[in-house]
Amino acid sequence: MTEKIRIGCGAGFSGDRIEPALILCEKGNLDYLVLECLAERTIALAQKRKQQDPTAGYDVLLERRMEGLLPLLIQHQTRLITNMGAANPLAGAAKIIEIAKRQGLKIKVAVVLGDDVFDRISGEELSMEGNKALNSYGNLVSANAYLGVDAILPALQTDATIILTGRVADPSLFLAPMIHEFGWNPMDFDLMGKGTVLGHLLECAGQITGGYFADPVTKPIPDMHILGHPLVEINQYGSGVISKITGTGGAITVQTAKEQLLYEVIDPGNYFTPDVVADFRSIRLEELQTNLIQVTGGTGKEKPETLKVSVGYEAGYIGEGEISYAGAHALQRAKLAGEIVEKRIAGRFDEFRVDYIGLSSLHGMSLSQDCQPYEIRLRIAGKTEDRSLAHLVGEEVEALYTNGPAGGGGARKYIHEVIGVVSILMDRKLIKSTVQILES
Amino acid sequence: MKQKLATIAHSRAGDKGNTLILSLIPFDERDFALLVENITTEKVKTHLGHQVKGEIVRHVLPELKALQFTCFEALTSGVTTSLAMDAHGKSLSYALLEMEIEFPVGKPI
Repeated sequence: MTEKIRIGCGAGFSGDRIEPALILCEKGNLDYLVLECLAERTIALAQKRKQQDPTAGYDVLLERRMEGLLPLLIQHQTRLITNMGAANPLAGAAKIIEIAKRQGLKIKVAVVLGDDVFDRISGEELSMEGNKALNSYGNLVSANAYLGVDAILPALQTDATIILTGRVADPSLFLAPMIHEFGWNPMDFDLMGKGTVLGHLLECAGQITGGYFADPVTKPIPDMHILGHPLVEINQYGSGVISKITGTGGAITVQTAKEQLLYEVIDPGNYFTPDVVADFRSIRLEELQTNLIQVTGGTGKEKPETLKVSVGYEAGYIGEGEISYAGAHALQRAKLAGEIVEKRIAGRFDEFRVDYIGLSSLHGMSLSQDCQPYEIRLRIAGKTEDRSLAHLVGEEVEALYTNGPAGGGGARKYIHEVIGVVSILMDRKLIKSTVQILES
Repeated sequence: MKQKLATIAHSRAGDKGNTLILSLIPFDERDFALLVENITTEKVKTHLGHQVKGEIVRHVLPELKALQFTCFEALTSGVTTSLAMDAHGKSLSYALLEMEIEFPVGKPI
């Protein structure tokens, strides 16, 4: 029986850096590498790309990531588990096979399917967020269920090197190989809780190695420019030791682990995943050596009967414009500029917002009342269903160049389509997953 | 004497839909009791009133020596549709750390 396994996390979001994953794979002596690349909205945006091109809709960095990783995975006999399949795992797998053939490598990809439940929603369902019918939000574009370990395990039971999924719960990407290797019973919710804790600690990659933790005044972290990503060595009892590759930057401490442990956790006593309702309250974190943190404790209760489904809908367009002012009366001139644009166009938008970057754009005015910045950037945003109207925001901000007030510079304009996301719960019996194998 | 929370604690913000989640972790575990006593739900609600429209729930975690504030209706509709600059509310950890806390007299800093 396996006594210990090593899992690394090489990416914590869709836009994450590529190099740390390559270093982990090369030097981590890993059994598994996980790349977590799918935020709540990422999959809805990917569905839109798939609508326009049936061969698209997987992670936009998949090709670049796999070109570097494929030879390393084979050389080090490391299996990859990743949700880079996004809205189109089959097309993503076909792309991986194409890269492998180009590199002259033999590889097998197990594709986990079944998260796309768009054909099972009527639009009458009530959202968890607003208790309103889905149809009332706008034209629906996607519905993806958060699958759990039960969907990933059959893929692990094949001899595929790469397990490619669409929407699965982030910690499940880590818990599945633990169950597979240690022969854990998925109904042992204490172990499911412990494994989920370790998955949650790793899933945001650089967030536990000191990256998103760093503050040069109170929380200095060394060598941020070569920040390493984390790995965990887990034993069959569900405790783990988190570390990073020697020579990489960053730091793993009790403090960095605590910040990540509580990240995005609504109720630390009841952390819902498809696999378990985990309890984080009794977790103990202990520093064994520099950059070596032992995690013990944590438990769980029976998994929920329902799975969360993220539903994407078309929410119109956001137009934005920005322009800067500096020196004497910078704030007064920026405010005058904001008032001018507001009077000209605000009434035509569903939502409209004027921000003063450098003063109040992040936390409002209540924390920055006495602040007199030397320079200030005016930012105006408007939301509308009408794409051409959305352009007007940036155009009117740009027009402040000649129409005044004085000294505005560096105007920029942007427009983007908005895909909103709301959630429903779906009976897990309605959701069936399958595995399909592709090989080079 | 008064000190900003930023001098004794750190925080990370997370988001789930329109819910903002703020951890509050003392640098020195001996300050945990001071945070539990002083950083109440009511005080956070007053401090972040401009941002948080709904209820705030405080979770006290004595094993971890940390607090967690779950703030509902806090992100102007949530990351996917908000017009805000920081639609995730990621920078709001540092808004919490702007709070001031009264130190017991004679306590070394």
